[in-house]
Amino acid sequence: MSTAPTGSILAFMTLSEIAAQNNLGRVGARPPLLAYLKQVWQRRDFTFLLARYRIQSENERNRLGMLWVLLRPTLSAGVYALVFGLVLAGARPHNFVPFVVVGVFCMEFFNTSMNAGAKSIVTNASLVQSLPFPRMVLPIATVTQNLLNFLPTLVLMIVITLFGGARPSLEWLLLIPMVILFWIFNQGVGLIFARLTVHFRDLSQFIPFISRMVFYTSGVFFDPHRMVENYPTIRGIIDWHPLIEVLTIARGLLLPGYTVPVDYWWKLAIWAVVLIVAGIVYFWQAEERYGRDS
Amino acid sequence: MAETAEPARSAETGPEETGPAVEDHPNRPAESQPVVVCDDVHIEFKTLATGKRVNGGTAKGLLQRKRTMKSVHALKGVSFVARANESIGIIGTNGSGKSTLMKTITGLIPPTRGAVFATSRPNLLGVGAALINDLSGSQNIILGGLAMGMTRTEIEAKYDEIVEFTGLKDFIDMPMRTYSSGMSARLKFAIATAKDYEILIVDEALSVGDREFQKKSEARIRGIREKAGTVFLVSHSMRSIRDTCNRTIWIEKGDMRADGATDDVVDEYEKHK
Repeated sequence: MSTAPTGSILAFMTLSEIAAQNNLGRVGARPPLLAYLKQVWQRRDFTFLLARYRIQSENERNRLGMLWVLLRPTLSAGVYALVFGLVLAGARPHNFVPFVVVGVFCMEFFNTSMNAGAKSIVTNASLVQSLPFPRMVLPIATVTQNLLNFLPTLVLMIVITLFGGARPSLEWLLLIPMVILFWIFNQGVGLIFARLTVHFRDLSQFIPFISRMVFYTSGVFFDPHRMVENYPTIRGIIDWHPLIEVLTIARGLLLPGYTVPVDYWWKLAIWAVVLIVAGIVYFWQAEERYGRDS
Repeated sequence: MAETAEPARSAETGPEETGPAVEDHPNRPAESQPVVVCDDVHIEFKTLATGKRVNGGTAKGLLQRKRTMKSVHALKGVSFVARANESIGIIGTNGSGKSTLMKTITGLIPPTRGAVFATSRPNLLGVGAALINDLSGSQNIILGGLAMGMTRTEIEAKYDEIVEFTGLKDFIDMPMRTYSSGMSARLKFAIATAKDYEILIVDEALSVGDREFQKKSEARIRGIREKAGTVFLVSHSMRSIRDTCNRTIWIEKGDMRADGATDDVVDEYEKHK
């Protein structure tokens, strides 16, 4: 009773031969990289709307609604400025409040991208198991969501630096390439962590510690360059710290009294390109695995 | 939802409502082209499980719990060839692996061993997981449509029809979380059925809502089945299987218990029960 009713002509063929003869493709097979990226691009409407709607739904139920996009980082910047302003006392970097604001706002974009990127596949298991679409859509939507949250805080950040004595200049236009490089970098990180947590579930428990580590080593409320003035080797290392690069560039552009080392631009560009390429390839390689439960 | 809907719907489906697409060509499938080939598909789930049986809730039992990986062999080598214009019923008791098999055919759960081949990607009728509760019905229609791979223009063209079908016109701008379970089920159904499919998998639990909506949704499913090339129907209602499927596969505990003409397989299944 359990024989499949294959036609008698086909009785001597294996099932995969039947499939091949009739031009059937394997379901769920991972397409080549370029074809895959094309599929991801075709889903851009979905990706973008998912990002936008998620922001809306996250804030929908609060009375202050979208205002929380600005309030959250402002409050945390306020806390850090207050606490570390007192702790550091005399060692405070020059122009302290805008200094901390730039640091906290930028770090927020990185941290949320890494955290939410890491969860983008594992917390959407039911979506992954019910509809077919290139899975890369999910981490991209997540990081896009965080970018959309970041942009208004960027405006607020500029306003706050105006109070700190900054004056608009053409140099501010360089914020655009900075945000783009930062975004690409975060997307790469998000893609890598999205796949890593699929393999190592417990990683999501570990990520808060990674993000705290990055937070405290990036010079959010202290100037890392001043601390290592007498240690050229360490200076060589921190010059390659991607978040220090981002924060230094942002402060150099916005705050009077700070400058952007030219090498930070290309170092950050290298980080962004390397991570986005690595992230795309690494995520794509496991495309077929994402629906599986362990 | 499925359970409450079941009795009413089986009572409703009279023999005169049989799917014509199938009845017209009872012998055709054996000759037509293969569209889905399932080649020795195995699915094994590994989950963290508590190794000890819960011991009457005593503290001792709790302390002795160990975290071990438990493997569940959900499908144990399923093979079949589905052909163009076939309408295939999938039956089996709860937890027998029917849904797992369907998700594997659509490529959503990758098989541990074996492979599924198809002319085009089979689709599962359902969109619920893509919707966001805090958003309005109309926003969810657009989001759900995009998630299913429709373009914006396609969705806009069908938007009014979808709203009309849900019968929720007055509530369409309210957040979905304010809907009753019946209302959101109607919305999900209307979105999911707005698209045309080549190879379609229908879970009978989809016919939901009150009596009037059930009638409407059954008619809609029938329409989709007729338009689609090949249909898999998962159901616990032997009547709807008999009515619409010319071939039936019986899955039991991950094994393929039977595969053949609907009447033979369903008879045997009912005897077994």
